[in-house]
Amino acid sequence: MTAELGHIALIMAFLMALLQAGFPLAGAHQGVPVWMAVAKPAARAQFFFLLTAFVCLEFSFIQNDFSVTYVATNSNSSLPLYYRFAAVWGAHEGSMLLWATILGLWTCAVTLFSRSLSEEMLARVLGVMGLVSIGIQLFILLTSNPFERIVPAPPEGNDLNPLLQDFGMTIHPPMLYMGYVGLSVAFSFAIAALLGGSLDSAWARWSRPWTLVAWIFLTFGIVVGSWWAYYELGWGGWWFWDPVENASFMPWLVATALIHSLAVTEKRGAFKTWTVLLAIFAFSLSLLGTFLVRSGVLTSVHAFASDPARGLFILIFLVVVVGGSLTLYALRAPTVKDNAHYTLFSKENLLLVNNILLVVAAASVLLGTLYPLLLDALGLGKISVGPPYFTAVFAPVMAPIFLLAGLAPMVPWRQGDIKALVKRLAYLFEGSLVLGIVLVVVWLDRTDFATMAGLSMALWLAGTAGLTLYSRVKLRAGFLDGLRAQSPSVYGMTLAHTGAAVFLVGVVVSNHYSQEKTVKLAPGESVELGSFAFRFQGVKDVTGPNYRAKEGSFQVVKGDRVIAELHPQKRSYTVQRNTMTEAAISPGLLRDLYVALGEPLDKGAWSVRVYYKPFMRWVWLGGLFMMAGGALSVSDRRYRLLGKRAAAPEGAGAAVAG
Amino acid sequence: MRMRFLIPLGVFVIMVIFLGIGLKLDPREVPSPFIGKPAPVFSLPQVAEPSQTFGSVDLKGQVSLFNVWASWCVSCRQEHPFLMQLSKAKVIPIYGLNYKDEREAALGWLQQFGNPYRTSAFDADGRVGINWGVYGVPETFVVDKNGVIRYKQTGPITEQVWTETLFPLIQKLQAEEVGA
Repeated sequence: MTAELGHIALIMAFLMALLQAGFPLAGAHQGVPVWMAVAKPAARAQFFFLLTAFVCLEFSFIQNDFSVTYVATNSNSSLPLYYRFAAVWGAHEGSMLLWATILGLWTCAVTLFSRSLSEEMLARVLGVMGLVSIGIQLFILLTSNPFERIVPAPPEGNDLNPLLQDFGMTIHPPMLYMGYVGLSVAFSFAIAALLGGSLDSAWARWSRPWTLVAWIFLTFGIVVGSWWAYYELGWGGWWFWDPVENASFMPWLVATALIHSLAVTEKRGAFKTWTVLLAIFAFSLSLLGTFLVRSGVLTSVHAFASDPARGLFILIFLVVVVGGSLTLYALRAPTVKDNAHYTLFSKENLLLVNNILLVVAAASVLLGTLYPLLLDALGLGKISVGPPYFTAVFAPVMAPIFLLAGLAPMVPWRQGDIKALVKRLAYLFEGSLVLGIVLVVVWLDRTDFATMAGLSMALWLAGTAGLTLYSRVKLRAGFLDGLRAQSPSVYGMTLAHTGAAVFLVGVVVSNHYSQEKTVKLAPGESVELGSFAFRFQGVKDVTGPNYRAKEGSFQVVKGDRVIAELHPQKRSYTVQRNTMTEAAISPGLLRDLYVALGEPLDKGAWSVRVYYKPFMRWVWLGGLFMMAGGALSVSDRRYRLLGKRAAAPEGAGAAVAG
Repeated sequence: MRMRFLIPLGVFVIMVIFLGIGLKLDPREVPSPFIGKPAPVFSLPQVAEPSQTFGSVDLKGQVSLFNVWASWCVSCRQEHPFLMQLSKAKVIPIYGLNYKDEREAALGWLQQFGNPYRTSAFDADGRVGINWGVYGVPETFVVDKNGVIRYKQTGPITEQVWTETLFPLIQKLQAEEVGA
């Protein structure tokens, strides 16, 4: 019964989506208030039915209802409850339902926090979101129904892919989807503004908090995914330039550009068409990501089943949504006038350059991701594009972004004074350069220019972020007074830029100074790595709920002190007969120690991989800083006042970008 | 309308064309190194009769399907009714490789859902499967009269796969002469 109920709820949600799109859009076009008023209740009802469907699927998993094909393929009665809960989004059908449900959630949120929007604007925004909902739900109902039954019901399920049996699985996909789908709000605002011809700064002000929240989720999703890959895949890497990772990274890059561009549009009324285009791009890349992951056109560790019928459906959907919005853009954008005036050297232009660089970075990732497909389509053979391409192309694009991200906050709107700025920043610039070089020479390697450049850049970015805050604070008489006078967005920007610096430190140091060894170890033997010794104490058998494992025991010794006990496992999952490597990690702010078991050799010996990874945590810490920065910006009072006053006043020390 | 606002649309259209072509290609369709080669030699106990063996020699002399299956495999369950249909139609003999399974479970499965196989070889530790390059169950090999692997189907055989690919190939192979 539960499954049928879920199926019916999904159909109901689809009908609600039809209402939510049809009447309000027509109403806004014809100026019929009654039709427009359908938007809110329809959106809420749609979310209610989606949630019902989602809960029904959760129930089927929790109750081990193997008569539901999707449950039988992705769960097992010996699978622990919390993984059964997460197994709902463990494969295609459930992921899509999660996608749809989260879209419902965002739509519902728009109905709740939109008091300041005009009736017409709201009707258009919800209408556009309804159109997206229609597409996704039609896709689920026609090609990917998670509620399908199997007759006769198998007595036992096929279990969840062991790779996914992890804590990361419970949070990574929902957070990532919150980010992906959240970008649909900015997209719908942009389309609504294009439709209504009201591309003004109010539109940018409405979009900003929504975009920021989506961006925060997206950042979190990516950080969790990277951290998960790091400890679960057992290769010691944290980013693989896998097509699916790229699919989440491209919208992130564009969304980052978008939040900055929205700031300019809101404050200065500039870049309106560019900002709209970015909003379209960001969500289009989210959809493209869905297409790439779900159609199986690219091989990836994430792609589980490919089905051309599904791929074709998503492609058509993509054509309708993206093609439609870009056509609308081509029709409407030429009529929009930028009335802002600014000179060549101004915050506006610096932000624009950085924006373009971010889009170029996203485009280079897109090219690398689609290149194998391109060659295959042209009949030039099957190749795969690996990390060498991405590091070669990506680093040169990112370097000026970091440089400019340090510079832009220090430059005033409209017109900047190059000479004065050079004078002010010269010391900081030279200082970061010298310090970056000195740090590398003293502690690391004399000739490593890449790391020198990376560290200098990080110091520059953190330094300018601090200096920007300081110069704002200094305007007030007392220091504490000055700190208190700053708006949360200023702190948000400072924190986010510092986060980028922290991230950069983590990337360059862990990339260049990690050490690893693969050795054969018999019980009692040890291996030296840097100043650490890993002593192997043997392997014992352990049994988990749905796996058997060999668990190794290692002591990590530094000097003559034991600093960590590590227990990596080699698991063999009973149902799917998969072997999984569970690495053991001793984390630290300055270094990670990482042990993974390889293959058993003769006489109790094992092949063992050990890693020393300095500053590894900084990579994710940087991401968390950026998120916190975003959260601070969202909490800015200007947005909270939105509900009461249509046009919030500009704060005296309002945020620069962020 | 100014042209520069059309650029994004143009780029998108080009991308869609490539994505559309990409849909028709299968990135996983890596040509199997086993195609055109003699089937790897093996001899295994049968599932139903452990005292009897089934091996690569038994695959010679006729065109046959060699289907890798297991009782724990849900996709096999999906494929199974179609295999039953095929075996009833007697178009081609189907042999099974029971892969990394337990004998009891395998026998129970055949009893419950029916047995489309002439014989199934019992590959408990999956060694033979590895030699055949099996990386997912179900997989089906088309073996010709000379015992040479001519085609490999990864994933369940469906009506579509059968009518479009397998059946035409089998008809062609059945027309070939031994030793050709």
